[in-house]
Amino acid sequence: MMREPALPKMSARNDEHTLAKARTGIDGLDEITGGGLPKGRPTLVCGGPGCGKTLLAMEFLVRGATQFAEPGAFITFEETGEELAQNVRSLGFDLDSLVKDRKLALDYVRVEPAEIEETGEYDLEGLFVRLGLAIDSVGAKRVVLDTIESLFGGFQNEAVLRSELRRLFRWLKDKGVTAVITGERGDGSLTRQGLEEYVSDCVILLDHRVIEQSSTRRLRIVKYRGSVHGTNEYPFLIDEEGISVLPVTGLGLDHEASTERVSSGVARLDAMLGGKGYYRGSSILISGTAGTGKTSLAAHFADATCRRDERCLYLAFEESPAQLLRNMASIGLRLEPYLKKGLLRIHASRPTLYGLEMHLVQIHKMVSEFEPRAVIVDPISNFVSTGTNRDAQAMLLRLVDFLKARQVTALFTHLTAGGRPIEATDVGISSIIDTWLLVREIELGGTRKRGLYVVKSRGMQHSNEIRELQITADGVELKTVSGARHKEGRAS
Amino acid sequence: MSSTERWDLRLYTAGQSPKSLAALSNLKRICDQHLAGRYSIEVIDLMKNPRLAKDDEIIAIPTLVRKLPAPLRKIIGDLSDEERALVGLQLRPHRNGAQK
Repeated sequence: MMREPALPKMSARNDEHTLAKARTGIDGLDEITGGGLPKGRPTLVCGGPGCGKTLLAMEFLVRGATQFAEPGAFITFEETGEELAQNVRSLGFDLDSLVKDRKLALDYVRVEPAEIEETGEYDLEGLFVRLGLAIDSVGAKRVVLDTIESLFGGFQNEAVLRSELRRLFRWLKDKGVTAVITGERGDGSLTRQGLEEYVSDCVILLDHRVIEQSSTRRLRIVKYRGSVHGTNEYPFLIDEEGISVLPVTGLGLDHEASTERVSSGVARLDAMLGGKGYYRGSSILISGTAGTGKTSLAAHFADATCRRDERCLYLAFEESPAQLLRNMASIGLRLEPYLKKGLLRIHASRPTLYGLEMHLVQIHKMVSEFEPRAVIVDPISNFVSTGTNRDAQAMLLRLVDFLKARQVTALFTHLTAGGRPIEATDVGISSIIDTWLLVREIELGGTRKRGLYVVKSRGMQHSNEIRELQITADGVELKTVSGARHKEGRAS
Repeated sequence: MSSTERWDLRLYTAGQSPKSLAALSNLKRICDQHLAGRYSIEVIDLMKNPRLAKDDEIIAIPTLVRKLPAPLRKIIGDLSDEERALVGLQLRPHRNGAQK
C-alpha cells in the first residue's frame, strides 16, 4: 500500500512574495491551493457536464462577497439569471439578496447560435462593455464567466473569436479582478475550445465518475503557475452547504503518538491491553464473524468516551440510530442521555449511497464540525462492498491518517466472512491498525462460544490469551476460558 | 414585402472606431440604394450608453438590428460584404431564391 506523498509545506510568507492569492472560502480548496486562486488573474475550471464547475465558480463569488468583502460579477452564457438563482438556492446561496445589497452582479449573455449574418469585420466590444458594466456596478473584485465557450456556437469567425478571447483575458488581468472561467471538457483536451491556451495561471479539473453505481466527484489542480499545490485527485462533495474538497494533506507518518490511554469501556479488556486500554489517537480494529459482539464492544467504547465527557462520533452503516440505541439498551448500555447532552452523535447511512471517497469527505466534514475525541465506524467492511479492495485500503489509510493527526481515537468494526482464514481481513488494513481484536466462534466443551483475543497491539504489553466473550444484560463480559492458562501472557 | 413599408434600423457601435464608421457609411449606402425615403437609422454608441447593450443582447460590434419590419434581424460586422448584408436584411433572396 502506498502512502500519498506529503504536500510540500507551504509557507505563507514565501507565497506572499511570489504570488498573492484570493481565498475561495471553499472547504478544503484553499488548503490544496496553498491559500486560494491567483489573485488578480484568471483561473480555468473545466470538466464535463454536471461536474460542478458552475457551482464551484458561484461559491467562489458568494464566499468572496460574504466572507472576504470582495464583491463579484457572474456572467453566464448558459443559464438565465433566474435559472441560476434557482439552481444555487438549494445550496443556501441567496443570490437575490446579494444582488440587492450590491455585493453581486448577475448578467445573462444570450448567445444566439449562428443565426446572425456576418458581413465583415467585427469584434466583441459589446461583451467587454457588458462585463465592464457588471464589474463597475458592484465594484467587483471577482468575476466568473460561465461558460464562455458558448461564444463559439454564436460566431463563425473563429480567428476573431480567439483573438478577442486573448484580449479579454488580458483585459481581466488589467482590471485586476480574480476571474474564474469555466470550460466544458473536450476530447483529448481540457476544454473543447482549448481555453487552457489562454488561461495559463491556474487550471482546475473537475470530474464526476460513476463507478459501480456510486458516484464520486474529484478535483485536480492541473496547473498552478508560480505556486506549489497538491497534485492528487481530491474527492469532493456537494451538499446543502456547497462544496467540500477533501485535502489529502500529506499527514503521512509524522503525527504525534500519545502516551495517554483511554478505556475500552470493558474493564477486563483494558486489563488485556496492558491494563490500561487503548492509546489515545490510535486506530483499533475489531473483526469477527456475524453476531460476535463487535457492535457491543464498539458501544462500550462510545459509552466510556462519553463518560469521560468527551465527544464521540458513531458512524453506523448497518443500523439506524434508534435501532442501535434500543439494542445497546438491551445489554445495559444507555447511550441516549449522551445523545441528548450532545456528547454522542450517531450518523447512519447506507454505505452504497455514495462512493467510498464521498463517505470520506462526509466523515471529514463531520469530524471537523463536531470535533469528537473518538470516532467509531461500524462496520468498515461495508465499504469494501462499495469499492475495490485497493480503494477501500486507500480510503481507510486516509481516514486513519486524518484522525490520527487530530489525535482522535478511531475504532472500526469489521465483519469477516466465515470460512476464511481468520487473520485475513478483507480490507488488508492490518498494517494501518494499532490494536487489533478478533472475535470468533470457538468450541468449548461441546458448545459454541465467542472467543476474543488480541491479535496485536502496538506499543503495549498485551495478553495473548483467548477470553470468552459473553453478552449479558449488563454488557460485554470477558471470562477466562476454563482450561486455559491463568496468567496474563506477554506478546512479542 | 411591400415597397412602402417603413424600415427601422438600429446600429450599435463602440466609439468612433474604424469598424463602426465603416459600418455606418456602408449602411447608409445600402439603405439609399434599396430603401430610399423609408428608413431610419438610430446609432447607439455603447461607450456612451453601455446599459443599452443588454436590450438587444449585443456582443459583437458593430451590430445592426432590424427592428422593423418584423421579425427582428441581427447582422454583425462592418457591412463591407454587401451581398451578405442584403441577405441578412432580407433585401435580397437567398441563393435558392426561396425568399422575397
